[in-house]
Amino acid sequence: MDALERYEPILDDYEAFLAACERPLPSVVRVNGIKATPERVTDAFDAEGVEWESREWNENVLEIEGKPGNTWPSFHGWTHGQEEVSSIPAFVLDPEPGERVLDSCAAPGSKTTQLAALLDDDGLIVANDSNLGRLSALRFNTERLGVTCTAVTNQDARNFSLKPFDFESFDAALVDVPCSCEGTIRKNPTALDDWSLDHIEGVAGVQKGILRRAVQATREGGKVVYSTCTFAPEENEAVLDHVLARENCRLVEYDIGLRSEPGLTEWHGDDYDESIRKAKRFYPHHNDTGGFFCAKLEVGA
Amino acid sequence: MTDESRNEKSSAEPTNDGQRFDRLPVTAEEREVPGRASRREILDWWEERFGIEPKTFDGYSFWEKGKGKIWILRGDLDSPVRIEALGMTFLRTRQRHWKPTTNAAQRFGGLATRNVVHLDDQRARRFVHGEDQELDWDGDWGYLIVSHELAGGREPLGVGLYLHGELQSLVPKGRQRDI
Repeated sequence: MDALERYEPILDDYEAFLAACERPLPSVVRVNGIKATPERVTDAFDAEGVEWESREWNENVLEIEGKPGNTWPSFHGWTHGQEEVSSIPAFVLDPEPGERVLDSCAAPGSKTTQLAALLDDDGLIVANDSNLGRLSALRFNTERLGVTCTAVTNQDARNFSLKPFDFESFDAALVDVPCSCEGTIRKNPTALDDWSLDHIEGVAGVQKGILRRAVQATREGGKVVYSTCTFAPEENEAVLDHVLARENCRLVEYDIGLRSEPGLTEWHGDDYDESIRKAKRFYPHHNDTGGFFCAKLEVGA
Repeated sequence: MTDESRNEKSSAEPTNDGQRFDRLPVTAEEREVPGRASRREILDWWEERFGIEPKTFDGYSFWEKGKGKIWILRGDLDSPVRIEALGMTFLRTRQRHWKPTTNAAQRFGGLATRNVVHLDDQRARRFVHGEDQELDWDGDWGYLIVSHELAGGREPLGVGLYLHGELQSLVPKGRQRDI
């Protein structure tokens, strides 16, 4: 946990934050609207004797007792085990049926399948990942959840090419980048074992390239959501600041019914654009979740 | 055979290219790649075998990548497409009996009115565990859609192969569960 000490000055209650990081996460599933409704899922859980509780901020997010895998709703692809904060960015992007959406770093597909449900499986999601090995998990999940609107590509998201397709831009993009994963410590207690500032700075360079390319590939007026599962400002606010200065886009406000803190405008002597306050930081002790960062951008004038 | 004559042969008769997705021809008359199923044949097969109306698939396009592996995509794109995956794997053709995928059966099998075998809870659990079981079934032999009752409705579990009084579970290893 030493890696988290540097966040003490920006946290309201550092002791509560550390205590939350040491507790295991509740078991949470997302209802897959392509195959089921929350009512059918909860009826099936009731019949199996699986206890559940809806999350107040979203009826499609359910906390359940025990492991989510061996239940009828899971077998049928009615539900998908997905950490609560991991469902934030797709809800924030909120694409409309018929739209074309780029998912820059899509594997293993939790957010891709969630985007597909928000599109009512009607539109096109280009689900890209640079790691060929992880694409099999992505494909397994999209197919299990009954998604038919995805095109899976294997490219470096920093120079993503639209060449395989017959269109020139996306209506929206989800940029959920590889990161130092500090916010996943409750799920994976070894997440911080390889922590180093060098790693954070290296991955931040990749994140900047991925976000810039996604903004470029999105039409004027289109939306881009940037997210990480880490607390590091170098990978969050600093990346946004870098991209805002170089690409035609701006931060926009969004609402999500979870407690959050605004994006930072200063970190270790660096100042960031004031608009970055519109980004949100989600801390483990505020909603009993993992840690997360999410920002919404609009492309063009 | 010389290199030249081999090239001549390949340009004369297009074959399936495992590196790309090609949209299926609409009808057999438009077929260029020998052995490739047409959209019409796919729609007719689902209607004949399972009673699923062709209009169910109005908003979808069908593609082949991998010999006989048919994929279903919501919407359409220019053909061919050189990418990793497109929509959902849907059906295996180029074999004597066509076989739907488990995922296609789960997604579209709820609309089936023929060749559907309905299992009670205990048998449904054995089926998704991957077990073969004796079953009295007086319908057709071959690939069936297997369903059970869940949350007030009939829900397809996947594909079974019925032969000689036995229902074989074709739920792939990675999808099998001990519920």
